[in-house]
Amino acid sequence: MAAHAFNTTQPPPRGRRGVWSLNTPTITILFLWSLVPLLMTLWFSFRRYNLMAPDRIGFDGLGNYRYLLTDPGLALAIWNTILLLGAVLAITIGLGTVLAVLFDQEFFGRGIARVLVLAPFFIMPTVSSLLWKNMMMHPDNGFIAFLMRSVGLKPIDWFAVVPLTSIIIIVSWQWLPFALLTLLTAVQSLDAERKEAARMDGAGPIAMFRYIILPHLGRAIAATTMIETIFLLGIFAEIYVTTSGGPGFASTNLSFLIYRYVLQEYDIGGAAVAALLAIVLANILAFFLMRSFARNLET
Amino acid sequence: MANLQLRRVRKSYDNIEIIRGIDLDLHDEELTVFVGPSGCGKSTLLRMIAGLEEITSGDLFIDGERVNDIPPAKRGLALVFQSYALYPHMTVAENMSFSLKLAGLSKAEREMKVAQAAQILHLESLLTRKPKELSGGQRQRVAIGRAIVRNPKVFLFDEPLSNLDAELRVRMRLELTKLHRQLRATMIYVTHDQVEAMTMADRIVVLNAGVVEQVGTPMELYRNPRNLFVAGFLGSPKMNFLTATVESQNPGNVTVKMADGSRLSVPGQLDISNHSQITIGIRPEHLRLTNTGSLAATVTTVEHLGSESYLHVLTANSEALIVRVSGETAVEADQQVNVEVDSSALHLFDQDGTSLRSR
Repeated sequence: MAAHAFNTTQPPPRGRRGVWSLNTPTITILFLWSLVPLLMTLWFSFRRYNLMAPDRIGFDGLGNYRYLLTDPGLALAIWNTILLLGAVLAITIGLGTVLAVLFDQEFFGRGIARVLVLAPFFIMPTVSSLLWKNMMMHPDNGFIAFLMRSVGLKPIDWFAVVPLTSIIIIVSWQWLPFALLTLLTAVQSLDAERKEAARMDGAGPIAMFRYIILPHLGRAIAATTMIETIFLLGIFAEIYVTTSGGPGFASTNLSFLIYRYVLQEYDIGGAAVAALLAIVLANILAFFLMRSFARNLET
Repeated sequence: MANLQLRRVRKSYDNIEIIRGIDLDLHDEELTVFVGPSGCGKSTLLRMIAGLEEITSGDLFIDGERVNDIPPAKRGLALVFQSYALYPHMTVAENMSFSLKLAGLSKAEREMKVAQAAQILHLESLLTRKPKELSGGQRQRVAIGRAIVRNPKVFLFDEPLSNLDAELRVRMRLELTKLHRQLRATMIYVTHDQVEAMTMADRIVVLNAGVVEQVGTPMELYRNPRNLFVAGFLGSPKMNFLTATVESQNPGNVTVKMADGSRLSVPGQLDISNHSQITIGIRPEHLRLTNTGSLAATVTTVEHLGSESYLHVLTANSEALIVRVSGETAVEADQQVNVEVDSSALHLFDQDGTSLRSR
């Protein structure tokens, strides 16, 4: 029928070839982008490849793995990574939730206070680490040392005595604004009538927080935890600027351990194994996070 | 079960006065409806009674006790919100027992009270569900259940039916009226819908621009509106208004001259001088089409509702009127008709809009 040719509701004929030709560029780029580096890392992990001994290149079997897994620094680095992640998450989410509720209240100068509390997030990690190292935590010139001396206490050499704690403080200071920002928007999205209903039901400030605000924040807390986890696993600049992973391995996390292999020992093979280990660790964490928060994100 | 008194109650935000001096007495076991156009302050007044808004000046008494400075939860009132404001993370039972839990009741007591309320509201099968699994009408009932379990002195409703579809609204209206009789509770109900006010109220409070225009039973207000605002607000379709002048007054009746030149003899006595401008109010059901009708008019639109029809007509000098006729009417648009006015059912208002007589 001639009329059939004008039937525009029929989708244009499109075979599998047509779809593939459109998808191929994207798939190709994604393949090169993600899979090739992974495969190269895998390749290097089985090779003897140290820049200090360029003539001794070749297949090494599981040599790199054996070397890394017997390295006493590895267990410490994994432990430090988890400790750093856990502590910063606890501080930023905990304090962020409380501050979000407080910053939701009406008070004089709220606009300025909100800008100020967000400021640390806009400072580059290297810069803020330098500020903390030289102006806050320095045992001679630091502000904290000044405060301690002025009340008659002996100043602490933060990066020598409690290196990981110092880094946790710096990173928490940087990430608190992010948690506060996401949680504050969540607090503000809480229906005003729901809060009023709770007030009519007899909820004071504490019951309101416990039974109304906190459950409402569940999803925002889950999302913030996941985003922060992604970034906190790879903390590097703060360690590089302040302690260089020391003393010993006291403040070395996995990403800094990889750096140590590559650029302090020039051991590409060893670094590749550590990188693979970091991927495994990230995936284990992601699995648990997704599982515990999937329920929250469903609704 | 309580009496409420409002004495010279005022509310202002940043020098703008929303509630401008309200005196009211609300009686025990009555369902009082606050009705008025949007922005008249009816919700604000309710929230002031609930304690969610501060009273700028004046006194609020519940059972003789001044409660201005008592926090909302301690006033013994329960408020049902327009948006229901259910707690989404709690089940129906938890929603209803939240206030009891905060009040420190034991689990057994809470379960008993929730079960009682659920029985009254037919919610027994839904107790373990979350609000998002409920329909609009069910959520509404949970919100009411949350009020019932507290056994409040006064139930407050803030436009509770406006989020429901038309059919459900009619059904919930009936259910609420039944519930009111069943609980023998004191209720205050806020709405902008005059039909809800007329059908549900024991007593209507008509509010406009922060003041009380009139208080009374639905039929009192319908029959004897004190001013043009109340006359125009209650009744659907609205009362018709025509301008006229007083021509002569005789003992027992008054002759008024309509804008189109026709004359009407109105029984009764008026306290007004001759030749003054007045407004005549007449409800659509008090107008009839007859061959001898004094007002000549042209039909512009016919609305058939089945049981009855509304004729929208224009008089010779372009005043619009609505006439209620039988549903079987054969009148069509553009037809010429004569409208007869039932002069015993007229409302007369002076130029300030105040009714000239109270029958």
